Amino acid sequence: MALYALLAAFAILYLLPIYVLALTGLKSYAEVNLYRMWDWPAHVSLDSFVKAWVGSEAQGFRGLDNNFWNSVRLAVPATLLSAALGSLNGYVLAKWRFRGSDAIFTLLLFGMFIPYQSILIPLVQVLNRMGLYGSLQGLIFVHVVYGIPITTLIFRNYYATVPNELVEAATIDGSGILGIFRYVMVPISLPAFAVVAIWQFTSIWNDFLFGVIVTPRPAVQPITVALNNLAGSYIVEWNVQMAGALLAALPTMLLYIVLGRYFMRGLLAGSLKA
Amino acid sequence: MSERVRAQIASPAASRVRRRRVVTADRLIAVLLIAPSAAAIAVFVYGFIGFTAFASFTKWDNLSPDFTWVGWKNYAALFNTVRFQIDLGNTVTFTLLFLAICLSVGFALAVLLDRGIRGESFFRSIYLFPLALSFIVTGVVWRWLLNPGSVQLGTTGVNLLLERIGLGVLKTGWYTDPRIGIKAVVIAAVWQMSGYVMAMYLAGLRGIPEELREAARVDGANDLQVYRSIIVPLLHPITLGAIIILGHISLKIFDLVVAMTGPGPGFSSDVPAFFMFDTTFRGNNFAQGAGIAMILLLMVAVLIVPYLVYSLRTETQR
Repeated sequence: MALYALLAAFAILYLLPIYVLALTGLKSYAEVNLYRMWDWPAHVSLDSFVKAWVGSEAQGFRGLDNNFWNSVRLAVPATLLSAALGSLNGYVLAKWRFRGSDAIFTLLLFGMFIPYQSILIPLVQVLNRMGLYGSLQGLIFVHVVYGIPITTLIFRNYYATVPNELVEAATIDGSGILGIFRYVMVPISLPAFAVVAIWQFTSIWNDFLFGVIVTPRPAVQPITVALNNLAGSYIVEWNVQMAGALLAALPTMLLYIVLGRYFMRGLLAGSLKA
Repeated sequence: MSERVRAQIASPAASRVRRRRVVTADRLIAVLLIAPSAAAIAVFVYGFIGFTAFASFTKWDNLSPDFTWVGWKNYAALFNTVRFQIDLGNTVTFTLLFLAICLSVGFALAVLLDRGIRGESFFRSIYLFPLALSFIVTGVVWRWLLNPGSVQLGTTGVNLLLERIGLGVLKTGWYTDPRIGIKAVVIAAVWQMSGYVMAMYLAGLRGIPEELREAARVDGANDLQVYRSIIVPLLHPITLGAIIILGHISLKIFDLVVAMTGPGPGFSSDVPAFFMFDTTFRGNNFAQGAGIAMILLLMVAVLIVPYLVYSLRTETQR
């Protein structure tokens, strides 16, 4: 019994911030008062969500609707491209090793841990030259490139568990490297695709640093950058900020609730020991 | 001695024929498939790091690049800058507290959950849940939770809650108090990341065979002794992994500080990553920003490189 009490106490602590987030978002303007932060709303109202979503011309701040869709248009294609690239790389590094391929793998992996501050200055210059600076395409490109290490790692570890005999048998049957990938590996790698897709979608959706550096224009920015601007503004009420935070959190929260199992595996893959 | 070497000694000609067959189109395609990614990483990671390193030795301190070589001058100036000294101190404080609390909380939760309780997956999902959020969302929420309110208008946030449940003595100024500063950010970071450590430990605990514990119990060890002398030592690799992952996150911490506190009073919650962002992209002092970035990279490399080499070496031995 004491065990359950302890677990429940921890659960309450972990849920408290979410409770405040939801509670505040649901209060009407009349009830929003910092000193009644922990009180239940007398009337449930969705006003704050509407205001966070569409903004307010009178107060002069933008809503998050546009930025929410920017994040969708960013995270979905970047995730798909990352997964495609990672699966090819992982396949080669697990099943078609050549002299130097392990060295390449190690060098790729280090890219996963670097502080991105150490590449931001030339990144901005190069994106500018490529005509990608300030655009959503530029941001997609950046996420795909810096997603190579983690996606390659997850797929390599997954393909390493596939028996070599399977590949050899297909070779004897006359399949080439691409045929084996397409007809043997891809059909059995759905779990790896799910793990990578969830991992990449979550990290791209939640990213702030690349967004704030690569897209200075508010109309192009992903939702995390817009939320930070909204929350840093003194004209935006507290409850609208909280409602905005909940809107920004919604997609990854839903993903976590629906596909938590794969989420978990991606996390453990991040520690190299999948 | 490998098969191939032995075969070569026995019959060099036969081996040459076999190798010719192996270097077929497929081998070439394999290299070609990996080439774009390898090239991208070579340029966008290693090339860019090289450029940043170069820029940190130049005079580039405004919008137009000035590549006049100044040697170690930027680094010397940086270590004499009060803000940077405070930042390094904050990084050490943050990293030590964050690691210590995350590891203890994560381990405690994993041990509690490992006792075969009902509703385990329910509790596990709750503890892991903050991990799905962005540091920006976490920062926005905790900024308001740890907002102490004001003397004139009254108490708010966690302080108000403490007051209501009769723990008013624990009220503090949180991140508005320069003596607390970055330690308030630790609270939010632990809330977000401790579930991760729990998940790692739980996976580790599940990998320990029940017979080992049984054997120890038969030998008369009590629960505490079983943990101390059997389980904790077996979990050392996981502890190491967790330290590496959390450690590199905490050295790089940026988003959470931006959204939650900013640099704070007297830079009490400032970190090197934020200083780098500030001086480079707001102050256009590119050389100084590059210098901070290189120091950050060095700190992360000291942590990561030995671990990477070690894990890959043990993997090939397996």
